[in-house]
Amino acid sequence: MNINIEKIRSDFPILSHKINGKQLVYFDNGATNQKPMQVINCISDYYSNMNSNVHRGVHQLSQNATTAFEESRKYVADFINADSEKEIIFTHGTTESINLIANSFENIIGKGDEILITVMEHHSNLVPWQQLCFKKGAKLKVVPITDEGDLDMVFLDSMLSEKVKLLAFAHISNVMGTINPVKEITAKAHKLGIPVLIDGAQAIAHAKVDVTDLDCEFYCFSAHKAYGPMGMGVLYGKQQWLNNLQPYQYGGEMISTVSFEKTAFNELPYKFEAGTPNVAGALAMAEGLRYIDNIGIGNIVEHEDDLLNYATNKLTDIDGMRIVGRSKNKTSVISFLVGDIHPYDIGTLLDQMGVAVRTGNHCAQPLIDNFCIPGTVRASFAIYNSREEIDYFIGALKKSLAMLA
Amino acid sequence: MTIKEKEDALVSEFGMFDEWMDKYSYIIELGKEMPLIDEKHKDPQHLISGCQSRVWLNAEIKDGKIQFTADSDAVITKGIISLLLKVVSNEEPKDIAGANFGFLEKIGLKDHLSPTRANGLVSMVKQIKLYAKAFQLKNMN
Ligand SMILES: Cc1ncc(COP(=O)(O)O)c(C=O)c1O
Repeated sequence: MNINIEKIRSDFPILSHKINGKQLVYFDNGATNQKPMQVINCISDYYSNMNSNVHRGVHQLSQNATTAFEESRKYVADFINADSEKEIIFTHGTTESINLIANSFENIIGKGDEILITVMEHHSNLVPWQQLCFKKGAKLKVVPITDEGDLDMVFLDSMLSEKVKLLAFAHISNVMGTINPVKEITAKAHKLGIPVLIDGAQAIAHAKVDVTDLDCEFYCFSAHKAYGPMGMGVLYGKQQWLNNLQPYQYGGEMISTVSFEKTAFNELPYKFEAGTPNVAGALAMAEGLRYIDNIGIGNIVEHEDDLLNYATNKLTDIDGMRIVGRSKNKTSVISFLVGDIHPYDIGTLLDQMGVAVRTGNHCAQPLIDNFCIPGTVRASFAIYNSREEIDYFIGALKKSLAMLA
Repeated sequence: MTIKEKEDALVSEFGMFDEWMDKYSYIIELGKEMPLIDEKHKDPQHLISGCQSRVWLNAEIKDGKIQFTADSDAVITKGIISLLLKVVSNEEPKDIAGANFGFLEKIGLKDHLSPTRANGLVSMVKQIKLYAKAFQLKNMN
Protein backbone atom coordinates (compact mmCIF):
# COMPACT_ATOMS: atom_id res chain seq x y z
CA MET A 1 0.00 0.00 0.00
CA ASN A 2 1.19 3.48 -0.87
CA ILE A 3 0.05 5.32 2.21
CA ASN A 4 1.35 5.71 5.71
CA ILE A 5 -1.65 5.56 8.04
CA GLU A 6 0.31 6.48 11.15
CA LYS A 7 1.52 9.65 9.50
CA ILE A 8 -1.94 10.50 8.21
CA ARG A 9 -3.48 9.93 11.63
CA SER A 10 -1.00 12.30 13.20
CA ASP A 11 -2.44 15.08 11.01
CA PHE A 12 -5.83 14.77 12.73
CA PRO A 13 -5.76 16.10 16.31
CA ILE A 14 -9.22 14.81 17.22
CA LEU A 15 -8.25 11.20 16.58
CA SER A 16 -6.17 11.07 19.74
CA HIS A 17 -9.18 11.98 21.91
CA LYS A 18 -10.70 9.65 24.44
CA ILE A 19 -14.48 9.11 24.48
CA ASN A 20 -16.05 7.65 27.62
CA GLY A 21 -12.51 6.86 28.74
CA LYS A 22 -11.76 4.86 25.58
CA GLN A 23 -9.70 5.68 22.52
CA LEU A 24 -12.00 7.25 19.93
CA VAL A 25 -12.75 5.09 16.91
CA TYR A 26 -14.46 7.43 14.49
CA PHE A 27 -16.62 5.53 12.01
CA ASP A 28 -19.18 8.26 11.32
CA ASN A 29 -17.40 9.69 8.30
CA GLY A 30 -20.55 9.60 6.20
CA ALA A 31 -21.97 12.33 8.43
CA THR A 32 -18.81 14.42 8.41
CA ASN A 33 -15.15 13.57 8.42
CA GLN A 34 -12.44 14.94 10.69
CA LYS A 35 -10.12 17.81 9.80
CA PRO A 36 -6.34 17.69 9.40
CA MET A 37 -4.08 20.34 10.95
CA GLN A 38 -3.55 21.79 7.48
CA VAL A 39 -7.23 22.75 7.29
CA ILE A 40 -7.50 23.89 10.91
CA ASN A 41 -4.37 26.04 10.51
CA CYS A 42 -5.65 27.48 7.27
CA ILE A 43 -8.72 28.90 9.02
CA SER A 44 -6.75 30.35 11.88
CA ASP A 45 -4.13 31.71 9.47
CA TYR A 46 -6.80 33.44 7.42
CA TYR A 47 -8.26 35.26 10.40
CA SER A 48 -4.83 35.98 11.89
CA ASN A 49 -3.16 37.32 8.77
CA MET A 50 -5.51 37.97 5.93
CA ASN A 51 -9.04 38.78 7.07
CA SER A 52 -10.71 41.39 4.93
CA ASN A 53 -13.78 41.64 2.74
CA VAL A 54 -13.33 40.41 -0.81
CA HIS A 55 -13.99 42.06 -4.18
CA ARG A 56 -14.39 45.51 -2.58
CA GLY A 57 -11.33 47.14 -1.09
CA VAL A 58 -8.54 48.81 -2.96
CA HIS A 59 -6.37 48.14 0.04
CA GLN A 60 -3.76 45.44 0.17
CA LEU A 61 -5.47 43.11 2.64
CA SER A 62 -8.64 43.01 0.58
CA GLN A 63 -6.61 42.32 -2.53
CA ASN A 64 -4.82 39.46 -0.78
CA ALA A 65 -8.05 37.98 0.50
CA THR A 66 -9.67 38.29 -2.93
CA THR A 67 -6.73 36.61 -4.63
CA ALA A 68 -6.70 33.75 -2.13
CA PHE A 69 -10.49 33.38 -2.40
CA GLU A 70 -10.38 33.19 -6.20
CA GLU A 71 -7.41 30.81 -6.12
CA SER A 72 -9.53 28.51 -3.97
CA ARG A 73 -12.23 28.60 -6.61
CA LYS A 74 -9.65 27.72 -9.24
CA TYR A 75 -8.43 24.84 -7.08
CA VAL A 76 -11.96 23.47 -6.75
CA ALA A 77 -12.52 23.83 -10.51
CA ASP A 78 -9.36 21.84 -11.24
CA PHE A 79 -10.19 19.27 -8.57
CA ILE A 80 -13.43 18.29 -10.28
CA ASN A 81 -12.09 19.08 -13.76
CA ALA A 82 -14.55 21.86 -14.56
CA ASP A 83 -14.00 23.90 -17.72
CA SER A 84 -13.76 27.17 -15.90
CA GLU A 85 -13.88 28.61 -12.40
CA LYS A 86 -16.99 30.49 -13.51
CA GLU A 87 -18.78 27.18 -13.14
CA ILE A 88 -17.95 26.94 -9.43
CA ILE A 89 -20.58 28.57 -7.21
CA PHE A 90 -19.73 28.69 -3.53
CA THR A 91 -22.63 27.70 -1.25
CA HIS A 92 -23.16 26.56 2.34
CA GLY A 93 -23.11 22.94 1.28
CA THR A 94 -24.85 20.27 -0.75
CA THR A 95 -28.25 21.18 0.65
CA GLU A 96 -27.99 24.81 -0.40
CA SER A 97 -26.57 23.87 -3.80
CA ILE A 98 -29.60 21.69 -4.48
CA ASN A 99 -32.02 24.31 -3.16
CA LEU A 100 -30.41 26.91 -5.40
CA ILE A 101 -31.17 24.85 -8.49
CA ALA A 102 -34.64 23.90 -7.26
CA ASN A 103 -35.36 27.58 -6.75
CA SER A 104 -33.95 28.64 -10.10
CA PHE A 105 -35.93 25.91 -11.87
CA GLU A 106 -39.21 27.51 -10.85
CA ASN A 107 -39.27 29.20 -14.26
CA ILE A 108 -38.53 25.99 -16.08
CA ILE A 109 -40.89 23.52 -14.44
CA GLY A 110 -44.58 23.68 -15.25
CA LYS A 111 -47.82 21.81 -14.73
CA GLY A 112 -47.63 18.21 -15.87
CA ASP A 113 -43.83 18.18 -16.04
CA GLU A 114 -41.90 15.54 -14.15
CA ILE A 115 -38.80 15.54 -11.98
CA LEU A 116 -37.10 12.19 -11.60
CA ILE A 117 -35.22 11.15 -8.45
CA THR A 118 -34.42 7.77 -6.89
CA VAL A 119 -35.48 5.85 -3.78
CA MET A 120 -31.99 6.17 -2.31
CA GLU A 121 -31.92 9.97 -2.08
CA HIS A 122 -30.96 11.88 1.05
CA HIS A 123 -33.77 14.20 2.21
CA SER A 124 -31.68 17.06 0.80
CA ASN A 125 -32.09 15.71 -2.70
CA LEU A 126 -35.75 14.88 -2.24
CA VAL A 127 -37.62 17.55 -0.30
CA PRO A 128 -36.52 20.52 -2.50
CA TRP A 129 -37.84 18.69 -5.61
CA GLN A 130 -41.00 17.54 -3.88
CA GLN A 131 -41.77 21.10 -2.77
CA LEU A 132 -40.97 22.47 -6.23
CA CYS A 133 -43.39 19.94 -7.72
CA PHE A 134 -46.11 20.90 -5.21
CA LYS A 135 -45.64 24.53 -6.09
CA LYS A 136 -45.71 24.09 -9.85
CA GLY A 137 -48.21 21.24 -10.21
CA ALA A 138 -45.44 18.97 -11.48
CA LYS A 139 -44.94 15.32 -10.63
CA LEU A 140 -42.11 13.77 -8.62
CA LYS A 141 -41.25 10.31 -9.95
CA VAL A 142 -39.03 7.91 -8.05
CA VAL A 143 -36.76 5.28 -9.59
CA PRO A 144 -36.79 2.08 -7.48
CA ILE A 145 -33.81 -0.03 -6.40
CA THR A 146 -33.03 -3.74 -6.38
CA ASP A 147 -32.69 -5.80 -3.17
CA GLU A 148 -28.91 -5.36 -3.41
CA GLY A 149 -29.32 -1.60 -3.40
CA ASP A 150 -28.56 -0.85 -7.04
CA LEU A 151 -30.73 1.42 -9.12
CA ASP A 152 -33.20 -0.55 -11.18
CA MET A 153 -32.01 0.36 -14.66
CA VAL A 154 -34.99 -1.24 -16.38
CA PHE A 155 -37.34 1.02 -14.45
CA LEU A 156 -35.08 3.99 -15.02
CA ASP A 157 -35.22 3.46 -18.78
CA SER A 158 -38.99 3.24 -18.72
CA MET A 159 -39.33 6.39 -16.61
CA LEU A 160 -37.17 8.63 -18.76
CA SER A 161 -39.42 10.54 -21.12
CA GLU A 162 -39.92 13.93 -22.75
CA LYS A 163 -42.00 14.98 -19.73
CA VAL A 164 -38.97 14.76 -17.43
CA LYS A 165 -37.42 18.19 -16.96
CA LEU A 166 -34.67 17.13 -14.56
CA LEU A 167 -33.04 13.94 -13.30
CA ALA A 168 -31.50 14.33 -9.82
CA PHE A 169 -29.72 11.50 -8.06
CA ALA A 170 -26.87 10.65 -5.70
CA HIS A 171 -23.45 9.74 -7.03
CA ILE A 172 -23.04 7.53 -3.95
CA SER A 173 -25.74 6.47 -1.47
CA ASN A 174 -25.10 7.72 2.07
CA VAL A 175 -26.91 4.70 3.53
CA MET A 176 -25.73 1.80 1.37
CA GLY A 177 -22.53 3.10 -0.20
CA THR A 178 -23.79 2.15 -3.68
CA ILE A 179 -21.81 3.89 -6.41
CA ASN A 180 -24.31 4.68 -9.13
CA PRO A 181 -23.25 4.38 -12.79
CA VAL A 182 -23.37 8.14 -13.10
CA LYS A 183 -21.87 8.51 -16.53
CA GLU A 184 -24.08 5.87 -18.09
CA ILE A 185 -27.24 7.31 -16.52
CA THR A 186 -26.34 10.85 -17.54
CA ALA A 187 -25.86 9.72 -21.12
CA LYS A 188 -29.29 8.04 -21.08
CA ALA A 189 -30.90 11.25 -19.86
CA HIS A 190 -29.07 13.35 -22.42
CA LYS A 191 -30.46 11.22 -25.25
CA LEU A 192 -33.82 12.78 -24.37
CA GLY A 193 -32.36 16.21 -23.66
CA ILE A 194 -32.91 15.90 -19.89
CA PRO A 195 -30.49 17.84 -17.68
CA VAL A 196 -28.86 15.96 -14.81
CA LEU A 197 -28.07 17.07 -11.25
CA ILE A 198 -25.79 14.87 -9.19
CA ASP A 199 -25.66 14.91 -5.39
CA GLY A 200 -21.98 14.25 -4.83
CA ALA A 201 -21.95 14.68 -1.05
CA GLN A 202 -20.74 11.13 -0.42
CA ALA A 203 -18.48 10.94 -3.45
CA ILE A 204 -16.21 13.94 -3.23
CA ALA A 205 -13.74 12.37 -0.77
CA HIS A 206 -14.17 8.74 -1.82
CA ALA A 207 -14.16 8.59 -5.62
CA LYS A 208 -12.65 10.38 -8.57
CA VAL A 209 -15.02 13.18 -9.56
CA ASP A 210 -14.58 14.50 -13.08
CA VAL A 211 -17.55 16.61 -14.16
CA THR A 212 -16.31 16.91 -17.74
CA ASP A 213 -16.16 13.15 -18.07
CA LEU A 214 -19.53 12.68 -16.33
CA ASP A 215 -20.98 15.44 -18.52
CA CYS A 216 -23.65 16.28 -15.89
CA GLU A 217 -25.25 19.74 -15.89
CA PHE A 218 -24.94 20.19 -12.11
CA TYR A 219 -22.83 18.61 -9.38
CA CYS A 220 -23.19 19.41 -5.67
CA PHE A 221 -21.00 18.67 -2.67
CA SER A 222 -20.11 19.81 0.87
CA ALA A 223 -16.63 20.72 2.07
CA HIS A 224 -17.16 19.12 5.47
CA LYS A 225 -17.36 15.65 3.94
CA ALA A 226 -14.02 16.23 2.22
CA TYR A 227 -11.76 17.09 5.18
CA GLY A 228 -12.84 20.73 4.93
CA PRO A 229 -14.92 23.05 7.12
CA MET A 230 -18.64 22.99 7.81
CA GLY A 231 -20.89 25.61 6.25
CA MET A 232 -19.14 25.54 2.89
CA GLY A 233 -19.94 23.76 -0.32
CA VAL A 234 -20.06 23.89 -4.07
CA LEU A 235 -22.55 23.96 -6.87
CA TYR A 236 -20.91 23.12 -10.17
CA GLY A 237 -23.01 24.03 -13.19
CA LYS A 238 -22.36 24.14 -16.91
CA GLN A 239 -21.95 27.76 -17.93
CA GLN A 240 -24.75 27.87 -20.48
CA TRP A 241 -27.16 26.56 -17.85
CA LEU A 242 -26.04 28.88 -15.07
CA ASN A 243 -26.21 31.85 -17.43
CA ASN A 244 -29.84 31.15 -18.17
CA LEU A 245 -31.04 30.48 -14.64
CA GLN A 246 -32.54 33.18 -12.46
CA PRO A 247 -30.56 34.26 -9.38
CA TYR A 248 -31.36 32.57 -6.10
CA GLN A 249 -30.80 35.37 -3.62
CA TYR A 250 -30.45 39.09 -4.12
CA GLY A 251 -28.14 41.63 -2.52
CA GLY A 252 -24.55 42.79 -2.64
CA GLU A 253 -21.84 41.01 -4.66
CA MET A 254 -24.32 39.51 -7.13
CA ILE A 255 -25.10 42.76 -8.97
CA SER A 256 -23.24 44.79 -11.57
CA THR A 257 -25.29 48.01 -11.57
CA VAL A 258 -28.20 49.02 -9.37
CA SER A 259 -30.66 51.88 -9.56
CA PHE A 260 -34.03 52.16 -7.85
CA GLU A 261 -35.70 51.16 -11.09
CA LYS A 262 -33.66 48.13 -12.04
CA THR A 263 -30.65 45.95 -11.38
CA ALA A 264 -28.23 44.28 -13.76
CA PHE A 265 -26.90 41.05 -12.34
CA ASN A 266 -23.23 40.27 -12.07
CA GLU A 267 -21.61 37.64 -14.26
CA LEU A 268 -20.86 34.07 -13.23
CA PRO A 269 -20.14 32.88 -10.64
CA TYR A 270 -21.04 36.01 -8.64
CA LYS A 271 -24.60 36.14 -9.91
CA PHE A 272 -25.35 33.29 -7.50
CA GLU A 273 -23.28 34.51 -4.57
CA ALA A 274 -25.20 37.27 -2.81
CA GLY A 275 -23.62 38.90 0.22
CA THR A 276 -20.24 38.55 1.88
CA PRO A 277 -19.00 35.02 1.24
CA ASN A 278 -17.37 32.58 3.66
CA VAL A 279 -13.80 33.40 2.63
CA ALA A 280 -12.08 31.36 5.32
CA GLY A 281 -14.41 28.51 4.40
CA ALA A 282 -13.42 28.68 0.74
CA LEU A 283 -9.72 28.67 1.55
CA ALA A 284 -10.10 25.82 4.00
CA MET A 285 -12.25 23.84 1.57
CA ALA A 286 -9.50 24.07 -1.03
CA GLU A 287 -7.02 23.01 1.66
CA GLY A 288 -9.13 19.90 2.39
CA LEU A 289 -9.18 19.02 -1.30
CA ARG A 290 -5.43 19.61 -1.47
CA TYR A 291 -5.10 17.12 1.38
CA ILE A 292 -6.90 14.55 -0.78
CA ASP A 293 -4.72 15.41 -3.78
CA ASN A 294 -1.53 15.04 -1.78
CA ILE A 295 -2.43 11.51 -0.77
CA GLY A 296 -3.96 10.76 -4.16
CA ILE A 297 -7.59 9.77 -4.69
CA GLY A 298 -6.41 6.45 -6.19
CA ASN A 299 -4.57 5.58 -2.97
CA ILE A 300 -7.55 6.66 -0.91
CA VAL A 301 -9.95 4.47 -2.87
CA GLU A 302 -7.58 1.52 -2.58
CA HIS A 303 -7.23 1.92 1.17
CA GLU A 304 -10.93 2.44 1.81
CA ASP A 305 -11.82 -0.55 -0.40
CA ASP A 306 -9.51 -2.65 1.71
CA LEU A 307 -11.27 -1.46 4.87
CA LEU A 308 -14.67 -2.11 3.30
CA ASN A 309 -13.79 -5.68 2.37
CA TYR A 310 -12.06 -6.39 5.65
CA ALA A 311 -15.00 -5.10 7.71
CA THR A 312 -17.65 -6.71 5.50
CA ASN A 313 -16.02 -10.13 5.90
CA LYS A 314 -15.78 -9.79 9.67
CA LEU A 315 -19.35 -8.56 9.99
CA THR A 316 -20.72 -11.32 7.78
CA ASP A 317 -19.40 -13.88 10.27
CA ILE A 318 -21.70 -12.54 12.99
CA ASP A 319 -24.92 -14.47 13.60
CA GLY A 320 -28.06 -12.70 12.43
CA MET A 321 -26.09 -10.05 10.52
CA ARG A 322 -27.94 -8.30 7.72
CA ILE A 323 -25.98 -5.83 5.63
CA VAL A 324 -28.28 -3.34 3.93
CA GLY A 325 -26.75 -2.47 0.57
CA ARG A 326 -24.78 -5.21 -1.14
CA SER A 327 -23.96 -3.62 -4.44
CA LYS A 328 -20.86 -4.85 -6.22
CA ASN A 329 -19.97 -1.21 -6.66
CA LYS A 330 -19.76 0.43 -3.30
CA THR A 331 -17.68 2.73 -1.17
CA SER A 332 -16.72 2.17 2.44
CA VAL A 333 -20.17 2.67 3.92
CA ILE A 334 -21.68 -0.32 5.73
CA SER A 335 -25.23 -0.22 7.02
CA PHE A 336 -26.35 -3.20 9.04
CA LEU A 337 -28.86 -4.73 11.39
CA VAL A 338 -28.45 -7.72 13.68
CA GLY A 339 -31.50 -9.93 14.28
CA ASP A 340 -34.27 -7.73 15.58
CA ILE A 341 -32.03 -5.64 17.82
CA HIS A 342 -32.79 -1.94 17.53
CA PRO A 343 -29.95 0.08 15.94
CA TYR A 344 -30.21 2.62 18.74
CA ASP A 345 -29.27 -0.02 21.32
CA ILE A 346 -26.17 -1.05 19.39
CA GLY A 347 -25.13 2.56 18.80
CA THR A 348 -25.51 3.42 22.49
CA LEU A 349 -23.33 0.54 23.65
CA LEU A 350 -20.70 1.11 20.95
CA ASP A 351 -20.50 4.71 22.09
CA GLN A 352 -19.73 3.51 25.61
CA MET A 353 -16.71 1.76 24.13
CA GLY A 354 -15.54 4.82 22.19
CA VAL A 355 -16.85 3.77 18.78
CA ALA A 356 -18.76 6.50 16.94
CA VAL A 357 -21.26 5.16 14.42
CA ARG A 358 -24.47 6.58 13.07
CA THR A 359 -27.82 4.98 13.83
CA GLY A 360 -31.30 5.69 12.53
CA ASN A 361 -32.65 6.56 9.12
CA HIS A 362 -29.66 8.64 7.98
CA CYS A 363 -31.91 11.36 6.54
CA ALA A 364 -33.18 8.90 3.97
CA GLN A 365 -36.45 7.81 5.51
CA PRO A 366 -38.11 6.66 2.29
CA LEU A 367 -35.17 4.35 1.60
CA ILE A 368 -35.35 2.88 5.12
CA ASP A 369 -39.13 2.44 4.72
CA ASN A 370 -38.46 0.77 1.39
CA PHE A 371 -36.60 -1.99 3.26
CA CYS A 372 -39.27 -2.10 6.03
CA ILE A 373 -36.67 -1.74 8.79
CA PRO A 374 -36.46 0.58 11.83
CA GLY A 375 -33.18 2.09 10.61
CA THR A 376 -29.65 0.77 10.54
CA VAL A 377 -26.30 1.06 12.26
CA ARG A 378 -23.89 2.66 9.81
CA ALA A 379 -20.12 2.44 9.93
CA SER A 380 -18.40 4.58 7.32
CA PHE A 381 -14.66 4.88 6.87
CA ALA A 382 -12.18 7.53 5.82
CA ILE A 383 -8.52 7.71 4.90
CA TYR A 384 -7.31 7.71 8.54
CA ASN A 385 -9.16 4.55 9.59
CA SER A 386 -7.33 1.27 10.00
CA ARG A 387 -7.85 -2.48 10.15
CA GLU A 388 -6.92 -2.35 13.84
CA GLU A 389 -9.84 -0.02 14.46
CA ILE A 390 -12.14 -2.41 12.64
CA ASP A 391 -10.90 -5.25 14.85
CA TYR A 392 -11.67 -3.17 17.92
CA PHE A 393 -15.10 -2.25 16.53
CA ILE A 394 -15.96 -5.89 15.81
CA GLY A 395 -14.96 -6.81 19.36
CA ALA A 396 -17.07 -3.98 20.77
CA LEU A 397 -19.99 -4.98 18.56
CA LYS A 398 -19.83 -8.59 19.75
CA LYS A 399 -19.77 -7.42 23.35
CA SER A 400 -22.81 -5.22 22.70
CA LEU A 401 -24.70 -8.04 21.01
CA ALA A 402 -24.01 -10.35 23.95
CA MET A 403 -25.51 -7.75 26.30
CA LEU A 404 -28.53 -7.17 24.09
CA ALA A 405 -29.27 -10.82 23.31
CA MET B 1 -41.78 5.56 49.67
CA THR B 2 -41.85 9.10 48.32
CA ILE B 3 -40.54 9.92 44.88
CA LYS B 4 -37.41 11.31 46.46
CA GLU B 5 -36.86 8.13 48.48
CA LYS B 6 -37.30 5.98 45.40
CA GLU B 7 -34.82 8.11 43.51
CA ASP B 8 -32.29 7.78 46.34
CA ALA B 9 -32.76 4.03 46.41
CA LEU B 10 -31.99 3.79 42.70
CA VAL B 11 -28.93 6.00 43.09
CA SER B 12 -27.53 3.74 45.77
CA GLU B 13 -28.34 0.60 43.74
CA PHE B 14 -26.44 2.02 40.79
CA GLY B 15 -23.63 3.08 43.09
CA MET B 16 -22.70 -0.59 43.36
CA PHE B 17 -21.60 -0.75 39.75
CA ASP B 18 -18.14 0.46 38.79
CA GLU B 19 -18.34 -0.67 35.21
CA TRP B 20 -20.63 1.03 32.72
CA MET B 21 -21.34 -2.40 31.23
CA ASP B 22 -22.82 -3.64 34.47
CA LYS B 23 -24.89 -0.49 34.67
CA TYR B 24 -26.29 -1.00 31.20
CA SER B 25 -26.88 -4.71 31.79
CA TYR B 26 -28.89 -3.77 34.85
CA ILE B 27 -30.85 -1.14 32.91
CA ILE B 28 -31.67 -3.74 30.27
CA GLU B 29 -32.82 -6.17 32.99
CA LEU B 30 -35.03 -3.52 34.60
CA GLY B 31 -36.62 -2.88 31.23
CA LYS B 32 -37.75 -6.49 31.13
CA GLU B 33 -39.62 -6.04 34.43
CA MET B 34 -41.45 -2.89 33.41
CA PRO B 35 -45.26 -3.03 33.43
CA LEU B 36 -45.94 -3.22 29.71
CA ILE B 37 -48.52 -1.15 27.97
CA ASP B 38 -51.53 -3.09 26.70
CA GLU B 39 -51.01 -3.99 23.03
CA LYS B 40 -54.28 -2.23 22.18
CA HIS B 41 -52.78 1.05 23.39
CA LYS B 42 -49.79 0.78 21.07
CA ASP B 43 -51.38 3.29 18.73
CA PRO B 44 -50.36 6.69 17.40
CA GLN B 45 -52.17 8.36 20.31
CA HIS B 46 -49.86 6.73 22.83
CA LEU B 47 -46.75 7.04 20.72
CA ILE B 48 -44.21 9.56 21.91
CA SER B 49 -42.39 10.99 18.99
CA GLY B 50 -38.72 10.58 19.65
CA CYS B 51 -36.40 10.31 16.73
CA GLN B 52 -35.09 6.79 16.58
CA SER B 53 -36.76 4.33 18.89
CA ARG B 54 -40.49 4.26 19.33
CA VAL B 55 -41.94 4.72 22.78
CA TRP B 56 -45.54 4.20 23.89
CA LEU B 57 -46.88 5.45 27.21
CA ASN B 58 -50.22 5.07 28.96
CA ALA B 59 -51.46 6.35 32.32
CA GLU B 60 -54.50 5.45 34.39
CA ILE B 61 -55.59 6.73 37.75
CA LYS B 62 -56.48 4.35 40.58
CA ASP B 63 -57.37 5.49 44.09
CA GLY B 64 -55.90 8.89 43.38
CA LYS B 65 -52.59 7.49 42.18
CA ILE B 66 -51.28 7.19 38.63
CA GLN B 67 -50.32 3.82 37.17
CA PHE B 68 -48.07 4.10 34.14
CA THR B 69 -47.42 1.43 31.53
CA ALA B 70 -45.06 1.76 28.57
CA ASP B 71 -42.98 -0.01 25.96
CA SER B 72 -40.23 0.70 23.44
CA ASP B 73 -38.69 -1.17 20.54
CA ALA B 74 -35.19 -0.39 21.83
CA VAL B 75 -34.22 -2.25 25.01
CA ILE B 76 -31.98 0.45 26.47
CA THR B 77 -34.67 3.05 25.97
CA LYS B 78 -37.10 0.64 27.59
CA GLY B 79 -34.75 0.23 30.55
CA ILE B 80 -34.43 3.94 31.09
CA ILE B 81 -38.20 4.41 30.85
CA SER B 82 -38.59 1.69 33.44
CA LEU B 83 -36.37 3.74 35.75
CA LEU B 84 -38.59 6.75 35.28
CA LEU B 85 -41.74 4.72 35.83
CA LYS B 86 -40.34 3.03 38.93
CA VAL B 87 -40.04 6.47 40.42
CA VAL B 88 -43.37 8.00 39.37
CA SER B 89 -45.77 5.08 39.18
CA ASN B 90 -48.25 4.75 42.00
CA GLU B 91 -47.79 8.36 43.06
CA GLU B 92 -50.22 11.22 43.25
CA PRO B 93 -50.48 13.59 40.29
CA LYS B 94 -49.28 16.62 42.24
CA ASP B 95 -46.09 14.83 43.32
CA ILE B 96 -45.35 13.63 39.81
CA ALA B 97 -45.90 17.08 38.37
CA GLY B 98 -43.22 18.38 40.72
CA ALA B 99 -40.62 15.61 40.14
CA ASN B 100 -37.34 16.63 38.52
CA PHE B 101 -35.71 13.23 37.89
CA GLY B 102 -32.41 14.47 39.31
CA PHE B 103 -31.38 10.85 39.96
CA LEU B 104 -30.64 10.30 36.29
CA GLU B 105 -27.73 12.68 36.54
CA LYS B 106 -26.49 11.01 39.73
CA ILE B 107 -26.39 7.58 38.13
CA GLY B 108 -24.63 8.95 35.07
CA LEU B 109 -27.53 8.77 32.62
CA LYS B 110 -28.24 12.43 32.24
CA ASP B 111 -26.89 12.32 28.69
CA HIS B 112 -29.85 10.21 27.72
CA LEU B 113 -32.13 13.04 28.70
CA SER B 114 -30.38 15.59 26.55
CA PRO B 115 -32.45 16.67 23.55
CA THR B 116 -29.60 15.77 21.21
CA ARG B 117 -29.80 12.09 22.06
CA ALA B 118 -32.80 11.82 19.82
CA ASN B 119 -34.24 8.97 21.83
CA GLY B 120 -37.46 10.63 22.82
CA LEU B 121 -36.79 10.60 26.55
CA VAL B 122 -37.18 14.32 26.86
CA SER B 123 -40.61 14.03 25.29
CA MET B 124 -41.20 11.05 27.56
CA VAL B 125 -40.65 13.11 30.70
CA LYS B 126 -42.83 15.86 29.26
CA GLN B 127 -45.60 13.36 28.57
CA ILE B 128 -45.41 11.90 32.09
CA LYS B 129 -45.86 15.39 33.48
CA LEU B 130 -48.67 16.18 31.08
CA TYR B 131 -50.57 13.11 32.28
CA ALA B 132 -49.95 14.17 35.87
CA LYS B 133 -51.18 17.69 35.24
CA ALA B 134 -54.24 16.46 33.38
CA PHE B 135 -55.21 14.19 36.27
CA GLN B 136 -54.49 17.00 38.70
CA LEU B 137 -56.92 19.26 36.87
CA LYS B 138 -59.57 16.54 36.78
CA ASN B 139 -59.26 16.05 40.53
CA MET B 140 -59.79 19.71 41.19
CA ASN B 141 -63.02 19.81 39.18
C1 LIG C 1 -26.04 11.92 -0.10
C2 LIG C 1 -26.14 13.19 0.69
N1 LIG C 1 -26.75 14.25 0.16
C3 LIG C 1 -26.85 15.42 0.81
C4 LIG C 1 -26.34 15.58 2.07
C5 LIG C 1 -26.50 16.90 2.75
O1 LIG C 1 -25.28 17.51 2.93
P1 LIG C 1 -25.15 18.85 3.80
O2 LIG C 1 -25.87 18.57 5.08
O3 LIG C 1 -23.69 19.03 3.99
O4 LIG C 1 -25.79 19.94 3.02
C6 LIG C 1 -25.70 14.50 2.67
C7 LIG C 1 -25.18 14.63 4.05
O5 LIG C 1 -25.39 13.81 4.91
C8 LIG C 1 -25.61 13.28 1.97
O6 LIG C 1 -25.00 12.22 2.52
